[in-house]
Amino acid sequence: MKILAAMSGGVDSAVAAARAVEAGHEVVGVHLALSRMPGTLRTGSRGCCTIEDSMDARRAANLLGIPFYVWDFSERFKEDVVDDFVAEYAAGRTPNPCLRCNEKIKFQALLDKAIALGFEAVATGHYATLLDTPTGRELHRASAWAKDQSYVLGVLTEEQLAHCYFPLGDTPSKQLIRREAEERGLQVAQKPDSHDICFIPDGDTRGWLSGHLERTPGEIVDETGEVVGTHDGANGYTVGQRRGLQLGTPAADGQPRYVLSIRPVSNQVVVGSKDRLAIGRIAGGRYSFTGAPGFDLEVPFTCEVQIRAHADPVPATAALRKIHESDRTEHHRADATHEIVVEIDLVHAEPLLGVAPGQSAVLYIGTRVLGQFTIDRTEAAETMSTVASTLAV
Amino acid sequence: MAPVRAYLDHAATSPMPEPVLEAYTAALRTVGNPASTHAHGQSASESLESARERIASALGCDSAELSLTSGGTESINLALKGMFWARRRHGAGPVLLVPEGEHHATIEAAEWLHDTQGADLRWLHIDHQGVLHPEVLASAIERAGASNVALVSFLWANNEVGSVQPVQALARAARSAGVPVHIDAVSALGQVPIDFRASGASALSVSAHKIGGPVGVGALVLGRDASADPLFHGGSQQRARSGTQNVAGAVGFAAALDWAGLATPEPTLETAADRHAHMGDLRDRLIAGLREVVPDAVLRGAAPGQGRLPGNAHFTFPECQGDSLVFLLDAAGISASVGSACQAGVAEVSHVLLAMGVPEEEAIGSLRFTLGPDSTAAEVDALLAALPDAVARARRAGLS
Repeated sequence: MKILAAMSGGVDSAVAAARAVEAGHEVVGVHLALSRMPGTLRTGSRGCCTIEDSMDARRAANLLGIPFYVWDFSERFKEDVVDDFVAEYAAGRTPNPCLRCNEKIKFQALLDKAIALGFEAVATGHYATLLDTPTGRELHRASAWAKDQSYVLGVLTEEQLAHCYFPLGDTPSKQLIRREAEERGLQVAQKPDSHDICFIPDGDTRGWLSGHLERTPGEIVDETGEVVGTHDGANGYTVGQRRGLQLGTPAADGQPRYVLSIRPVSNQVVVGSKDRLAIGRIAGGRYSFTGAPGFDLEVPFTCEVQIRAHADPVPATAALRKIHESDRTEHHRADATHEIVVEIDLVHAEPLLGVAPGQSAVLYIGTRVLGQFTIDRTEAAETMSTVASTLAV
Repeated sequence: MAPVRAYLDHAATSPMPEPVLEAYTAALRTVGNPASTHAHGQSASESLESARERIASALGCDSAELSLTSGGTESINLALKGMFWARRRHGAGPVLLVPEGEHHATIEAAEWLHDTQGADLRWLHIDHQGVLHPEVLASAIERAGASNVALVSFLWANNEVGSVQPVQALARAARSAGVPVHIDAVSALGQVPIDFRASGASALSVSAHKIGGPVGVGALVLGRDASADPLFHGGSQQRARSGTQNVAGAVGFAAALDWAGLATPEPTLETAADRHAHMGDLRDRLIAGLREVVPDAVLRGAAPGQGRLPGNAHFTFPECQGDSLVFLLDAAGISASVGSACQAGVAEVSHVLLAMGVPEEEAIGSLRFTLGPDSTAAEVDALLAALPDAVARARRAGLS
């Protein structure tokens, strides 16, 4: 196969490229230039895609004997990932830019270009497994739970997955990957992993946002609507946050209060006690599936839901539901006619804590990724015990 | 099993011919710092100064006017910064006149002078073929007031689209106003006759590896009436330039000029002219052939002839991205360039094309093919064979 190996300059993508070469494929390495103004040197392990990273990727490609190019996707990245990131925060949501990048850049813009230029697949260092079954290709978790990255790939569709190549899914530990890199002579064997958001290299998301968003002061209210404080910009807050709340009046029960939700229309931040953070139901109108589910999604089905890259999956029941106009709130996506509704199995699991609209909920059946949706709205677990489940099986 | 490669990027660097390699390596086998006073040093000095004479003769200047440098970028920086500083110290004003479309060494140095050294940097418009008109320069000098202008700097020929400037007319326009001129002749050397004395310039920059000499070797010709403060301070081994002199590099540079027919004691101008004509013919074959297989490609820069470097062909291809084309040609065994500068391996949209008035969406799909004296028809034909498929695929990949 002609494979385009996306090489970030990190050890995972370098080993992935190496494995693709070893498997006998015709491999070409590409580094994506995503920043308009790349830093020269890597600063610590946050951020990515400095000139130093680009050179690391180049040297890895040189070692593997494969051609290497740097392609500029900075314009697309700015529009599809960075601008979306800002817009989501402005709308009171917490985005996941890594998912957006996979969805729009790595496995769309890059993939489209690759196919047009004659490649059959894009390879990355993601820890995930692709299984080809009689009913089609499936995306599964990596064999090692701790390193599994199927969550960030949950946004991919069947067409995209048809052109993916993830050679690292079977390796149980990062240590083994590093050792393999060293054995292969790759200079990046001991390079620290990058984490956090690649375009915010110092990790200070709030600081970065304050340079990109206007901060309009507004009210902090409790769930009854009573004003308990003020804020200087709703987009500086995230669900589950406790610090940084300037509350004039302490809670009646003396317990600390947490951000429960953000109301972008009224520019209010809603706070409440910790047990109100416990979420029992989530729903969203922007969803995708990794392939044909093999069953009717409108009939409630059991599954597991994972709401963060490194969170444990939680047993749940889910279904695809039409949105009735009478039920529509400001939290429903305006352009959505249907949404996926997920109820946590509170008998067998703890409620989800601190779920922010804008996060992705990825649904699993066993190790298989079924699909995902962007969370638009949440309901507290407390409330659910008094309201009959809409998803009674 | 790989196809024979065609090298169509001579403007980026050129192959070192065998006689040049021999002269260079022979010089590397000797030891001696030309500044040393003993026999080893004197022998090295003899090699160095013989080479310098041949280089000076090839460029049309005196040995005393020739400072050898580490390459075109250093020469250009030394000229721009050194001459600006010297002119300011001698009471000239701060205006720096530079046309659009210059090489990045000039642009970055000029902008730095503006940002940190008080230069009043004024960009001069170039026309749709990338040429600076003498009237544009003359009126810019007049507008600034001649005594306010420290320096004018321009390309002898544009390295991207190959257009040759009206050098003598431009230099005359500046000289008659008492303003010194620096000419960046890096891309012109070996393609068109260069004669420092006849040009009217006060300073001239060249680079060895563009004509088969070693990388890391260049020269700044600084006329007797001009002065430049040094960039490198140290042992003052040369006028305006310190550092142990690169004997082997100078020998290699001189050998490359010899090979190009430019530096023999009696310059064999027929040889140089032959080379230029051969390159021009091959380039014209490339242009004609390309137009047949990709009719909607647009040739950028001056028409082939006296006004264009004989080895240069530059085209834009509608609805394609330059880097897709480069990739596809590379996979087909053709080495070509998008023509514009690279930042960390990513090609930027050419500032030259933009300055020429080419819309950005057209400028994105550019390819530059540059030939050398030893380029062959087979290489050109290989390009023509690979182009249709490459363009079709690049179009499919689009402008994303």
